[in-house]
Amino acid sequence: MANLNHPTNLKYSKTDEWVRADGDQATVGITDYAQDQLGDIVYVELPWDGGQTVSHESKFGDIESVKATSELFSPVSGEVVKANADLQDHPELINDEPYENGWMIVVKMTNPAELDTLMTAKEYEAYLQKR
Amino acid sequence: MGYVPNTPEDQQAMLTRLGLSTLEDLLAPVPENVRLRRPLELPAALSEPDLKRLLNGMAANNQNLDNWISFLGAGNYDHAIPSVVPHLQKRSEFVTSYTPYQPEVSQGMLQAIYEFQTMICQVTGLDIANASLYDGSTAVVEAVFMAIGPGGRGEVVVSEGVDPQYRRVLRTYAHARGFSVKEVPTRNGVTSVEDLDAAMSPTTAAVVVQQPNFFGCIEDMTAIEPVAHRGKSIFITNITEPASLGILAPPADYGADIAVGEAMNLGNAISYGGPACGFIAARSKFMRLMPGRLVGQTVEEGGKKQTGYVLTLQTREQHIRRERATSNICTNQSLLAVGVAIYLAALGKQGFRELAELCLQKAHYAFRQITAIPGYAAAFSSPFFEEFAIRLQVSAQKLERHLEQSGIIGGYPLGKNYAGMEDCMLFCVTETRTKADIDLLVSALKEVQA
Amino acid sequence: MSVESLIFEKGAPGRRCATMAAMDVPTEALDRMIPANMLRKQPAALPEVSEIEVVRHYTHLSQRNFGVDTGFYPLGSCTMKYNPKLNEDMAALPGFARLHPLQPDSSVQGAIQLVYELEQYLAEIAGMARVTLQPSAGAHGELTGLMLIKAYHEHQGQGHRNIVLIPDNAHGTNPASATLADYRTVEVKTDPGNGGIEMDHLKALLEANGTNIAAIMMTNPNTLGLFDSNVAEIAELVHEVGGQLYYDGANANAVLGITRPGDMGFDVVHFNLHKTCSTPHGGGGPGAGPIGVKEHLVPFLPGPLPAKGDNGYYWEDAGPQSIGKVRANNGNFGVLVRAYTYIRTYGPDGLLHVARSAILNANYLRQELSSDYEIAFPLMCQHEFVATAERQKAESGVTALDVAKRILDFGMYAPTIYFPLIVHEALMIEPTETETRETLDYFVSVMHQIAEESRTNPEIVKTAPHTTPVGRLDQALAARKPNLRWTPGQEVTHS
Repeated sequence: MANLNHPTNLKYSKTDEWVRADGDQATVGITDYAQDQLGDIVYVELPWDGGQTVSHESKFGDIESVKATSELFSPVSGEVVKANADLQDHPELINDEPYENGWMIVVKMTNPAELDTLMTAKEYEAYLQKR
Repeated sequence: MGYVPNTPEDQQAMLTRLGLSTLEDLLAPVPENVRLRRPLELPAALSEPDLKRLLNGMAANNQNLDNWISFLGAGNYDHAIPSVVPHLQKRSEFVTSYTPYQPEVSQGMLQAIYEFQTMICQVTGLDIANASLYDGSTAVVEAVFMAIGPGGRGEVVVSEGVDPQYRRVLRTYAHARGFSVKEVPTRNGVTSVEDLDAAMSPTTAAVVVQQPNFFGCIEDMTAIEPVAHRGKSIFITNITEPASLGILAPPADYGADIAVGEAMNLGNAISYGGPACGFIAARSKFMRLMPGRLVGQTVEEGGKKQTGYVLTLQTREQHIRRERATSNICTNQSLLAVGVAIYLAALGKQGFRELAELCLQKAHYAFRQITAIPGYAAAFSSPFFEEFAIRLQVSAQKLERHLEQSGIIGGYPLGKNYAGMEDCMLFCVTETRTKADIDLLVSALKEVQA
Repeated sequence: MSVESLIFEKGAPGRRCATMAAMDVPTEALDRMIPANMLRKQPAALPEVSEIEVVRHYTHLSQRNFGVDTGFYPLGSCTMKYNPKLNEDMAALPGFARLHPLQPDSSVQGAIQLVYELEQYLAEIAGMARVTLQPSAGAHGELTGLMLIKAYHEHQGQGHRNIVLIPDNAHGTNPASATLADYRTVEVKTDPGNGGIEMDHLKALLEANGTNIAAIMMTNPNTLGLFDSNVAEIAELVHEVGGQLYYDGANANAVLGITRPGDMGFDVVHFNLHKTCSTPHGGGGPGAGPIGVKEHLVPFLPGPLPAKGDNGYYWEDAGPQSIGKVRANNGNFGVLVRAYTYIRTYGPDGLLHVARSAILNANYLRQELSSDYEIAFPLMCQHEFVATAERQKAESGVTALDVAKRILDFGMYAPTIYFPLIVHEALMIEPTETETRETLDYFVSVMHQIAEESRTNPEIVKTAPHTTPVGRLDQALAARKPNLRWTPGQEVTHS
C-alpha cells in the first residue's frame, strides 16, 4: 500500500476508478491500486467511437490482464466524448501511467453533483485499508 | 502391490515418523457414519499375464476394421495411419505430461499444439484455432455458445444434413442452457436454401450447416452463406470429415465465421469413437470468445529473448472466469491433437491432396458400379465427396446381414435417423478400400435383389 | 537445448513422408464430380518434409517436455500417478482400437461387455445405481450431472429452482458448469478452523434460498485436501430443502474403498478417470468423466447405456425422459479400456491400498515440509494438502510462483500454485501413491534448499528456472500481441 499513488486532486469510486474534472469534462481511468491488483494489462475494451451514454456506476468497458478480467464502471453520468486510442496497441500505459497517458475516457457530465458522492484520495486510501 | 512402490517396511517407517502405527490411523478424519466397512465388490486382482489373456479374449470378441471390409462412415472415417504417427505420438514425455502450466518444461507439448493450431488454420483457411475440444459434436455446441453469447438466449438454425448425433447433442445443451434450435430440411440430399431462408428470424444467433453433410453430399455454401448471415447471425460450418478439405473449398473461402468438426480420424485410432478430437477455427475477431486452451508464441523475459510458447489469453477460461465463463472446458484432447499434427506433417501438402482425391475417385467408382445394378438407385442426384446414399429394394437390415456373410460391414442404415429412408443405405469409401474390395461389395449386392 | 524451429520452417518443396494407397480405380474428371465453386483453389499450405525430418522434429519436442515418466509431478488436484504401460497395450489392441462406433452390436460384444462391466465397477466404487460413460472429462461430467439434476427438478414440477451452492475453494469448472446449465452460483464459505464448509453459512443460505436451491456441488476431501466430517449432515440439510448433492470426483483417489460418495449422501458423482484410474493426461487430455447417479436420476441419463440380454450385450436406447446425448458415440472408449485394465489390476484390496498409500504419502510430505513452509490447514490431510509461500514472501518477497520455478531446476515438476483461491501463495501438493519414499525425501530436501535460498540468496529463486530449455516467458506479450499460429515469413515475436 505504501508504494501506491493516489493523487489528491482526483476523486475515487468504490470500484477503483478515478475522475479528473475540468469544467463539465470528466477524465476517467483506473487507480494505481487497481492496476497493481490486475497485474500486466493486456487488453482493454472501451467505447472507441465515442458517443456512448453512461450513467453513474454503469459499465463502460472491460479490462483484461494476464491473470484476471474486470469490468469498468463510470463514476459519472453523461456522454463519452472520446476514448484513449493509444490503449488499443499499448494497454501497458495503464500500468505505467494510470493517471496520465493511461487515461481511458472523457465524459461530458450531465450531473456534476455526482462528483460529491465520490471519495477523496484520503477516503479512498482508508477504504483500501479495509479491503 | 500394483504400482505402489513402497513396501510395508517403507510405509511403516513413514508412519513411525508421523507418530502413527497403522495405515488405518490416517483415516481418523473420516467419520464412522460414512466409512465403508466391507471390501468393494469387485473382481479380485489379476496379474499382468492373466489380465492380458482376459483382455485379448475380449478384444478378439470384436470384429474389427482389419478383419472386415467396411463401408461404414456416417461421421467416422477410417484412414490409414502412417507408422511414424503412433511412434512419435506415444513418446511418454507427451503421453504422461499434463497441461503446460509450467511452460518452461512443457515447450514440446506447447510447440506441438501451436503447430496443430496452425495446421487447422491452414486446412480451413481461417485465422485462429484452439488446442482441441472433446469431439465434433461438442465443438458445434461451443461454436453455438460463442454465437449465442453470455445471456444464453436466442435461436440456432441447423440443417437436417448435420450429423443426427450432433443435432441430438445440440438439443440437449440447448435445453439446459436455455436457447432454442430450429431444424431446416434437406431436398435432394442438401439443405434447402428456401427453407433456410424461411427459418431465419431476428432472434437467429447462428446457422449450422455440415460440409460434406451426413448424406455425403456437397452443400452449395455460396448460396447458403448470404442467407446464413442475415441479421446478426453467425455462419458455422461443421466438418466431420476434414480429409475432404484436401479437395473441397475451405470454410474461409465461402464466408464461414467459425468452422468446427472432428479431427480424430486424421492420425488417431478410431477406437470405437473415442477419445476423439474436436476442432474449432474462426475469424480473428472471435479470438477473445474462443473456448478452451490457446497456445501463443512469445519470447523469454529478460536478456536472451529466445522464442517460447505459452498458454495464453487464459482469462477466457474457467479457472479465471469461473461463473462468468462462456465455456467450462478444462481437460481437452491434446494428445490426439498432437497425433493430428504429426499426421498432417507426415502427409504434407501433396499427401493431404492425394488422400482426398483417392477417397473421391474410389467412392465415385463404387457409386457408378452400384447404381448400375438393377434394384440399386442413387437416393440423391447432388454431388458428393466419399459417401453416397443408395435406395434399395430390400430393407437395409436385410442387406446388412447378407453382407456380413461375405465379411463386409455395409453402409449406415439411414432409416435409423431419417423418416422415409428405411430402404436407404449410406456407403462410405475411403482410400483404405481397394478396387477388389469394392468389386466384392458389388458382387455381394448383386446377390440380393428383391 | 536451444530453440527448436517449427515444422513449417523445415523441409523443402517436393519432400514427402507418407506414401498413399494406389489409385487402382478408373478415374473421372474432377469437374464432373464437384461443382467448380466448391473446389479448393490452392492446396492447404501444409509442410513438405521427409520422414527423418518428421521423426527428429517430434522426437526433439518430446525431449523438451516433462511427464510423469520423467520425474516427480506433485500437481495438486490432478492426481499425476504413474500411467501403466499394460493399459496402453490393451487400449492399442486392434480388437479395441480398430472398431467403428456404429458397427452392429453383434460385432462388438467384447467392447460392450467392457463398458458394461466398467459401469458396474464404477457404480460399486461410488455407491451409485448406474453410471454413464459418455462424458469426456470432469467438466463435461459436471455439466452432464447438472443437466440430470435440472431434468429431475423439472420432472418434479420444481423447474423454478435456479441456484447452485458451490464452496469458495471449488475448482473453476464447478461454477462455469453451473452457468452453462443456466444456474446462478452462490458461494458457500469455508470454515477457517476446520477447512470444511462453514455450517452456519450453509444453514443461512439454505434458510434464505431453500425452495430455489437446485443443488450443492462439493468434493470430499475438498480442494484443501481435508475430509469434511459434516458431510452426512450437509446431505441431510440440502435434501431437506429439496436440493440435490453433486460430488466432484477429482479427489476420489483418497476415498477408494474407504468411503463412497453414495454413502455420504450424494445423488450424482463424476469420476476423473485420468486422475483416479491412472489413464494418462496426454499433455492436457484426453480424460474421461463418467457420471454415476442414484436410482431416482436413472431415467434422465443420456443414452444409450450398455445392457446384457439373452442374445448377448447391446446398447439400450435412452428412455423418454433422457436428457439426450452429451457427445457423439459412446464416450472416450480408449480411455475406458485403460481404466478397466487398471481396476482389474488392483481389485478391491488393491484399490483400498492405493487410497491409503496416497494419504500416507501426502501426510508424510505435509509433516516434513511444515518446518520450512506454512501449511494452510495443519491438520491430518487426505491425499493432498496446501502449503504456502507466505513465510518466504514476508521474509524476502519470494512468491509461490518463484518457488515453483525453482523446483523445475531440480528435475521435478511444480505443485499447483495459486489454487485454491482462498489461500494466499498456495502450493497444492499431491504426491500420489506411486512415488517411492526416496523421491519424497528428495523433494523435501529440494524444498528445504529453496527455503534456505529464499533467506540467503532470494535472487536465485526469483529468477528461476535456470536449467530448463527456456527461462520464464513473457506472458504479457503473448496476451497483448497474440500470435496463435505461424504465418509464412513471420519473424519471431518481438516485444
